[in-house]
Amino acid sequence: MPLSLATRLQDPAGPVVRVGRWSVEAARALADVPTWRPLVLGQMRRLGVDSVPIAIFIAIFTGIVLSLLSSYIFTGSVPLYYVGALVGKTVMMELGPVLTGMALAGRVGANIAAELGTMRVTEQVDALETLAYDKYAYLVVPRVIAATLMFPVVTSFAMGIGVASGWATATNVLDLSTPEFLKGLKLFYQFKDIWFGLVKSASFGTAVALMGCLEGLATRGGAEGVGRSTTRAVVLGCQSILVLDAFWALVLL
Amino acid sequence: MIRLEDVHKSFGAKVVLAGLSLEVPTGMNTVIMGGSGSGKSVTLKLVVGLLDPDSGRIEVDGKNVPDLDRDELTELRGQIGYVFQFAALFDSMTVAENIRLGLVKRGLDDAAIRGRIEESLATVELSGQEDRYPAELSGGMRKRVGIARAVALRPRYILYDEPTTGLDPITSAVMDRLMQRTRDLGVTGVVVTHDMRTAFTVGDRIAMLHEGVIRQTGTVAEIQATTDPVVRQFIEGRPDEVEPPLRRSIS
Repeated sequence: MPLSLATRLQDPAGPVVRVGRWSVEAARALADVPTWRPLVLGQMRRLGVDSVPIAIFIAIFTGIVLSLLSSYIFTGSVPLYYVGALVGKTVMMELGPVLTGMALAGRVGANIAAELGTMRVTEQVDALETLAYDKYAYLVVPRVIAATLMFPVVTSFAMGIGVASGWATATNVLDLSTPEFLKGLKLFYQFKDIWFGLVKSASFGTAVALMGCLEGLATRGGAEGVGRSTTRAVVLGCQSILVLDAFWALVLL
Repeated sequence: MIRLEDVHKSFGAKVVLAGLSLEVPTGMNTVIMGGSGSGKSVTLKLVVGLLDPDSGRIEVDGKNVPDLDRDELTELRGQIGYVFQFAALFDSMTVAENIRLGLVKRGLDDAAIRGRIEESLATVELSGQEDRYPAELSGGMRKRVGIARAVALRPRYILYDEPTTGLDPITSAVMDRLMQRTRDLGVTGVVVTHDMRTAFTVGDRIAMLHEGVIRQTGTVAEIQATTDPVVRQFIEGRPDEVEPPLRRSIS
């Protein structure tokens, strides 16, 4: 049964305490290396490699829109080669990691929550424990590690594709030449732009996978419960991304 | 030996166990029978540490399960096989992989694991089904794989949660035979069921769970000859009276 507003207000720290407790359990399960290590590669493929197409799709259109939008803003007031600067900075530092993170919160977070939720309601998680497995080591740790490692990889693809689609739009639609676009791109470029985006995306991966596991393993009540957990995992994953985005901006910029 | 002493367990306001005490003799099948929602499955989950009691002692081989730390609980679970009501097979794994999972955790080499898989599938008469997925099996076959998964670990105890629910009479009889066979191999069994035929066929001792406590324990003959009205009513499958809403609707 969904929690009422009154119940939520009575225990506003409940979700935070729950996340904290689960994070501690997951960290403790890290010591059970023989259990989680063989599972990490498979999860990296499922959560990361299989997510590349959706990340590329988003990056292509983000690059196009950024290029057109910046040209619309700059025309008549700022030299048009600044389009390259805006596309590069925005894709690498903000939109690449955040939009990719959001898309993966939907895909990866929902996938994890639905899978673990179904395992929970069909007693597969209990079965795992009766076979003497630690559910955190077997189910949570490989997913969190895989997401933490693969989100930056997928994001780096998105960054490259986003900048490339911005360049293609600028040169084909805006009559900007390649040297002009590159001049703008290099103008304010710092190596930090890239690692800032990748560090953020790694933290997004951790958060999205943790939320998916947290909600999935807490599932109650059959198919309806699985649906509810999946929705909550996606919402919490997206919220975590926005909070972490602000956090890293405060800390690293 | 498994021993439960004055065990209480509630979920919110719903009291499920209200001072349950029970001893499970070694080397026998003990059947816990009772109506739906009477706390039979909860009792099994308490024994294996999947749930914690509100109070009371749950001893397995002299150790109080709720007091065990994570490592001790893992070690204890190595001694206990659990057959779930709906088998709880891992649906992304084949039959062989389902059985293999528990064996890998025990550090067996590949040859030993292969041997155990073949042996346990032969025990449940499912040889040759190694590469099939749970979705390709019937309900009865899934439950037998669940038993094979438990038996392959060579546990000292096996807990069966409603092993014959939803099965046709012939498949139920096969399940009964398997439970007797595992008992004959020296494994102590705890069977929770409301299927009286299974209870009387596989049970060496039978305990009736009613309103959170054990109402009566005894051999099959003792239970069949009981004069306790609640136990009598249950084994005869006699309803109390016409339910009030139904009575209203009839009138």
